[in-house]
Amino acid sequence: MTANLNLETLPRHQAATVDSIEWTRLATPEARRLRELGFDAGVSIEVLHRARFGGGPIACRIGRMTVALRRAVAGAVRVSLDPLPAE
Amino acid sequence: MHASPLVAMVGNPNAGKSALFNALTGARQKVGNYPGVTVERHSGRLSLDDGRPVELVDLPGTYSLDPVSADERVTVDVVTGRGGFERRPDAMIVVVDASNLDNHLRFALQLIALKLPVVVALNMVDLAERDGLTLDPDVLARELGVPVVPTVAVRRRGIDVLKAQLGILLGQRVPTRDAVDAVPEEIGVLQRRARQIADAATVSETPTRRWNHALDAVALHPVVGPVLLVSLLFVMFQAVFTWSEAPIAVIEGGFTALDSAIKSVMPDGFLRSLLTDGVIAGVGAVVVFLPQILILFAFILVLEASGYMVRAAFLMDRMMSRVGLSGRAFIPLLSSFACAVPGIMATRTINDEKDRLTTILIAPLMTCSARLPVYTIIIGAFIPNTRVAGFVGLQGLVLLVLYLLGILGAFIAALVLRRTVTQGASSGFMMEMPKYQMPRFRDVAIGLWQRAYIFLKRAGTTIALTTVILWALLSFPKAPEGQSQVNYSVAGRIANGIEVAVRPIGFNRDIALALIPAMAAREVAVAAIGTVYAVDDPEDAKGERTIVDNLRHRWTLPTALAFLMWFVFAPQCISTIAVTRRETNGWKWPLFMIGYLFAAAYIMAGLTYWLAVAVGL
Repeated sequence: MTANLNLETLPRHQAATVDSIEWTRLATPEARRLRELGFDAGVSIEVLHRARFGGGPIACRIGRMTVALRRAVAGAVRVSLDPLPAE
Repeated sequence: MHASPLVAMVGNPNAGKSALFNALTGARQKVGNYPGVTVERHSGRLSLDDGRPVELVDLPGTYSLDPVSADERVTVDVVTGRGGFERRPDAMIVVVDASNLDNHLRFALQLIALKLPVVVALNMVDLAERDGLTLDPDVLARELGVPVVPTVAVRRRGIDVLKAQLGILLGQRVPTRDAVDAVPEEIGVLQRRARQIADAATVSETPTRRWNHALDAVALHPVVGPVLLVSLLFVMFQAVFTWSEAPIAVIEGGFTALDSAIKSVMPDGFLRSLLTDGVIAGVGAVVVFLPQILILFAFILVLEASGYMVRAAFLMDRMMSRVGLSGRAFIPLLSSFACAVPGIMATRTINDEKDRLTTILIAPLMTCSARLPVYTIIIGAFIPNTRVAGFVGLQGLVLLVLYLLGILGAFIAALVLRRTVTQGASSGFMMEMPKYQMPRFRDVAIGLWQRAYIFLKRAGTTIALTTVILWALLSFPKAPEGQSQVNYSVAGRIANGIEVAVRPIGFNRDIALALIPAMAAREVAVAAIGTVYAVDDPEDAKGERTIVDNLRHRWTLPTALAFLMWFVFAPQCISTIAVTRRETNGWKWPLFMIGYLFAAAYIMAGLTYWLAVAVGL
């Protein structure tokens, strides 16, 4: 378990699970859209792409869906790394 | 009262609803508008196997019964029987993406709870299989308590079963949905229930989406991605010009033949002049443009259907955020290169009101295809066909500069607007990225046919009427011998008044005259100038002098450049103004848009004129 890991800082292609979402950090419509797109505690998540230079959006896999979102929102999604599969 | 039952197609965005709708109804569909809102209403007819006709309506995709945008509200109002947009449907086809069940089932559960007869179309099962996902439709049907039909809309798989199921639903009208009577209201609870059902219906799952990931690795690559996007746009705009040459020549030839046919059979006089100088000159000048519009729309439709458009929005988000917009604005703005009207309508997908308003206000600055004939004819007449630096054509370069000026103007406008009238925090950017798909020829063809139909209808009505009115205003009263017909006519007298206002920016009377009917549509400016010179041709009474010759003869280069600059900015399009009024629910914003764009046009045209005069052009 890594403390204080969120979607913004999650390394690319690291299997992780959503721990919790800090709804209070988000504007109401943002929070609603995030819920509608399936963001919820316990859902598996993985960062697929992020723009290398500066503040571009992040593309992540959530469940079986690919979703693009901005970094500020991603910062509100707390995640924890999945245990590595046995070698 | 209503002869045929109404069936609504409902589902999440990207569930493949439109493809399924096309597969069910074929070409028998109508595109209209819901009253009071600019949400397109797609409806069509289909016949069940026993011959019963059914009216099918394709509702806008939405994520839940809690509407955020205008089109989502229409969907919710229709399925819940509120709002008066539509009679309440007799049954629903709930479309879910087979490979995205846990998400799509949440909305499906909400819809099923509405107690209408429902059949679930488990769509795109082929893509789910490609993803390594095997589902059991029977388990799904049992869990949901409604019939489930696996479909592949684009290959017409499952369509007949779906129609048969629909026949049964409409026949019995007895809902059998006890299994999910107690649908939880809270979205989180619904989501968990949806996941349980999805898990239960999943026979096997291997997490492979290699194909999709491999494409995204290229399309979203920080370096390769933007290069690919720019290349695609370059090819698109090249194609608009090069591929359209042949069909344009055919259309021009057709109108010329029609013109001479009429001239050979009709005696010279009022009616002949009305037909040739008015209708054919005016409508012909606009219809030649159909190939370019269709090519541009073909690209946009293919990019959208393939799933690439959202990737483009992803890449553009950072740049757009710098001027206070979101990546979502990219799609409406790109569509505005074809026409601002569908572009402004496409802003419905932008959830944030301020974002959306800003996008609407700058959309007319994207160089729409209606400006092309204006640009083409002026450039052809005044810019020498020489090469710069050995290989770049000067005419093409000027055209490119005009496009770039529009984009630059839009970005500056967005920056200013976001700091003044549309102030507010940016809502951000959050979008589902659909799987890549091979666009189906049939779906693109139906989309194109609808665009062509709308365009030709406009050319046949608004534009034909405008040019006829202009022709009449130009032809009456008849000037006495030795006086210019245009100066003497009603239109000429109006134009002489306007000329006073536009003379400081280098415009002459002919331009003042063309600007009035060009309010109907920009391309009419060309038609209007054509009509003016057809009616009034003192040096060449036979009317054999071409528009280009006339332009070279009567305009100076600074005037021509100022005219081009005017059209980069001026909101000369009643359709755009009308759609802005509808989309913003009032006159405040369209009037603001007209004001700021005319001011920009006046200033920029004036600057261009005086600069050109100063450097001795």
